Amino acid sequence: MINQSNKTLNTNITKLVNKTYQYGFSTNIEKDVIEKGLTEQTVQLISKKKKEPQFLLQFRLKAYKKWKQMHHPEWAYLKFSEINYQDISYYSAPKSQKKLKNLDEVDPELLKTFEKLGISLTEQKRLANVAIDAVFDSVSIGTTFQEELQKCGVVFSSISEAVHNYPDLIEKYLGSVVPIGDNYFSALNSAVFTDGSFCYIPEDTICPLDLSTYFRINDQNSGQFERTLIIAEKNSQVNYLEGCTAPQYDTNQLHAAIVELIALENATIKYSTVQNWYSGDQFGNGGIYNFVTKRGLCAGTTSKISWTQVETGSSITWKYPSCILMGDNSQGEFYSVALTNNYQQADTGTKMIHIGKNSRSRIISKGISAGKSKNSYRGLVSVTNKAIGARNYSQCDSLLIGSFSNANTFPFILVQNSTTKIEHEASTSKIGEEQIFYFLQRGICLEKAVELLISGFCREIFTKLPLEFAAEADKLLTLKLEGSVG
Amino acid sequence: MNLNSPLLEIKNLCVSINDNEILKNFNLKINKGEIHAIMGPNGSGKSTFSKVIAGHPAYSVISGNIFFKGSSILDLEPEERSHLGIFLAFQYPIEIPGVSNEDFLRLAYNSKQKFYNKPEVGPIEFLTIIDEKLKLVNMSPSFLSRNVNEGFSGGEKKRNEILQMILLDSELSILDETDSGLDIDALKIISNGINNFMNPSKSIILITHYQRLLDYIHPTYVHVMQNGKIIKTGSAELAKELESKGYEWLR
Repeated sequence: MINQSNKTLNTNITKLVNKTYQYGFSTNIEKDVIEKGLTEQTVQLISKKKKEPQFLLQFRLKAYKKWKQMHHPEWAYLKFSEINYQDISYYSAPKSQKKLKNLDEVDPELLKTFEKLGISLTEQKRLANVAIDAVFDSVSIGTTFQEELQKCGVVFSSISEAVHNYPDLIEKYLGSVVPIGDNYFSALNSAVFTDGSFCYIPEDTICPLDLSTYFRINDQNSGQFERTLIIAEKNSQVNYLEGCTAPQYDTNQLHAAIVELIALENATIKYSTVQNWYSGDQFGNGGIYNFVTKRGLCAGTTSKISWTQVETGSSITWKYPSCILMGDNSQGEFYSVALTNNYQQADTGTKMIHIGKNSRSRIISKGISAGKSKNSYRGLVSVTNKAIGARNYSQCDSLLIGSFSNANTFPFILVQNSTTKIEHEASTSKIGEEQIFYFLQRGICLEKAVELLISGFCREIFTKLPLEFAAEADKLLTLKLEGSVG
Repeated sequence: MNLNSPLLEIKNLCVSINDNEILKNFNLKINKGEIHAIMGPNGSGKSTFSKVIAGHPAYSVISGNIFFKGSSILDLEPEERSHLGIFLAFQYPIEIPGVSNEDFLRLAYNSKQKFYNKPEVGPIEFLTIIDEKLKLVNMSPSFLSRNVNEGFSGGEKKRNEILQMILLDSELSILDETDSGLDIDALKIISNGINNFMNPSKSIILITHYQRLLDYIHPTYVHVMQNGKIIKTGSAELAKELESKGYEWLR
């Protein structure tokens, strides 16, 4: 009975999941691209193109040397063909002759691109309460509301600008949370990163706007290596959002980013991502290889860092937004929805490192696998002997759609302290034919039924997202699943 | 639709699942305003019968036909059958985590509205509609914010089914063992809800094991099913006889 009805539902659900990617277009624009390949000269060339200070060039060269000695990590539950790092261009930027005074001077072709993505950078149509830094291939093409933010001392700019305007902060904090040699991709990024966002929230300041970076990979042969650094001083608060898309190519593009967050005493950083890189076609061709290192340091007492991610794109996702809970009473949170379909593979999760006394962390992870995809949660909760009274709660739920998808959970718990309280809950379920039939019998069509089931499954996470993002995320999941339930 | 045609007519229906024939030459005719009770030993095909009418994809109809309001519904999807007015109260209502009862009920209601080109209702307007129905089954409004059937007691689940039946105002309601697992009070509430709902333009099929439900809801006919077909049909008296003599008596 189960087989037969599964077949029917599977066909319906497959139709439902396989909706085309609406951001798959590419922009034709004059570019400044450097030759493919990575050598010490490449690193020097990037640094020179960006007119960087000496300390940064040294940072890059050190990273490059480290990277040369390192090996691709093999422990993740991912299978893909080897990446040829010499076949990638490490710098691609839209050509512009002069320095722009304001955003309205940006190449209209670029503005149109972002307009098409639903991101408006021009004065009139900006989102009222969100400041946006738009990154196109290797460089930031503009940041909105910069002046308004400056009035309250908040710095929000591309990291390249920050290198020139705030070299001391960059030198002090860059690589302080994710060391150069942390992993293979962090070393690579440290050597060749081209742009990204920089935020600095001064003491006693609650950032009046949500800050947002929108990443767009356009070029077929270049990788994207961006770097984000957010520093929240004592008693400050900031909400940060990140979105990303890429055109549809039948080759794989590499994306290896680093995000570093630093929360000082009593500061709060909330970082939300909706990741929708191109995920490849239904046969598994093309798509972005997404290898990202995201880590936050709760440096001060009662500081708090909260990661929320909705991962729906990329053919390969390798990503573990983590918190180092150094300060006493500090708090780390990780809320994640990872959806994979067709031949997508995701190995994602978090690390919570408890060092401070009474530090607390909370992990809620929801994985949805459809098609022939593989979706793994990998997490580490580590409590050191100093972290008296540390607490952690983890919950990992997986939802399977169809009969060919794969879900895994790899939780690691490492405790060196008898005063610790740790809870871990996990569940795996399948959208069952009886659930679907219940909806259908009540007159609710399959699409709606799946939509409701999925958003019900993810509800806990969506409530953590900023309002505009929550609606987008909900829509995105439905879109991604169009045609795949069973 | 022919006014004189029965609401539901099943003709020589043969149904199988995984090559197992469950219904064999099944015949049944139900007119508007009638309540039919179907009784029979476990495994006689009662639940299969209810799911086949609702269009469950697991069952395949080998031969025969099902007419609803005079037209065959064999080619219709489950949701279309629902829109036409067929309702199935499940024996084991399934839990749907993360989906609130209110959202679920509104979506079901609006799906039907949409089907009949009637305006869909917003959340506030819906509250006034559902509030009145809740009273009919003695449920508190707090029940709307809970997830569909999640953590419901057996009685609450069954009441929720009856609530949905009333909300969707279906013409043919099949209640699959709605009385099982209920205490006397809950049984009375549910029976009351059903009796208030029933009118001359509707029909109800009660699938039950127990005569006690029929003390509250009086059936027009009682059928006994065995081995995939109806082997005896009678009045309410038949149920009483069965209660004292058991199914063996019919063999």
